[in-house]
Amino acid sequence: MLKTLEVPAQSEKLPEVQAFVQEQLKAIFQCPEDILWKTELAIEEIFVNVAHYAYPNKDGLVSISVGYDDSARDDALIIFKDHGTPYDPMKKTDPNLKLSANDRPIGGLGIFLTKKMMDNVAYKFEDNANILTLTKKIKQ
Amino acid sequence: MTITKQQEGNALTIGIEGRLDTLTAPDLEKEITALGPDVQKLTLDFAKLDYISSAGLRVLLMSQKKMAKQGSMRLINVGKMPREALEVTGFIDILTVE
Repeated sequence: MLKTLEVPAQSEKLPEVQAFVQEQLKAIFQCPEDILWKTELAIEEIFVNVAHYAYPNKDGLVSISVGYDDSARDDALIIFKDHGTPYDPMKKTDPNLKLSANDRPIGGLGIFLTKKMMDNVAYKFEDNANILTLTKKIKQ
Repeated sequence: MTITKQQEGNALTIGIEGRLDTLTAPDLEKEITALGPDVQKLTLDFAKLDYISSAGLRVLLMSQKKMAKQGSMRLINVGKMPREALEVTGFIDILTVE
């Protein structure tokens, strides 16, 4: 069962997307507080990435689906789908956490944070669409 | 997000209330960029900060790099959510968190 919201891929739509996902998570699952904010963080990082990079110099849409698969009802699924430039965020290398403040590059933490906050992040390019599936176990 | 500032001599405390995210981080970045060399001790008070994302962390690192050249920076009253974001990214080790 999945509920879907489709919005223009623009950063300003972030509050609308967050409200939709939070509402669905609360409605479908008995979602503890820390799972809500971890999901919120992952949603922001992925949505903003799509808004910045999926449709360079043109307008486009992104859909966000929230729900579960019947085979694993305790796993919340959040699926992002866009028809922009093919991009696999999982290919991005993780930051080096051992560097000093001076040597750490500014930025580049979004995908890393998403992977840390979720239990699984999977990318596929299918039917001309980027499809990124985030999985968060509601019951640990 | 609401920003409050309190200056005493060369020490400045910036209180950040609400959410430090993609939409609000540019406002804090403007404040930090505008700081003159007279500010030598910068304190960021997170007592009322509920949420921080990579956009906020980016501004913290930028601020740390700037303040390292002219003085020091510390974070105080860091709550559960921001603390976990700092821990996961290793920022807890490279910033001064009290």
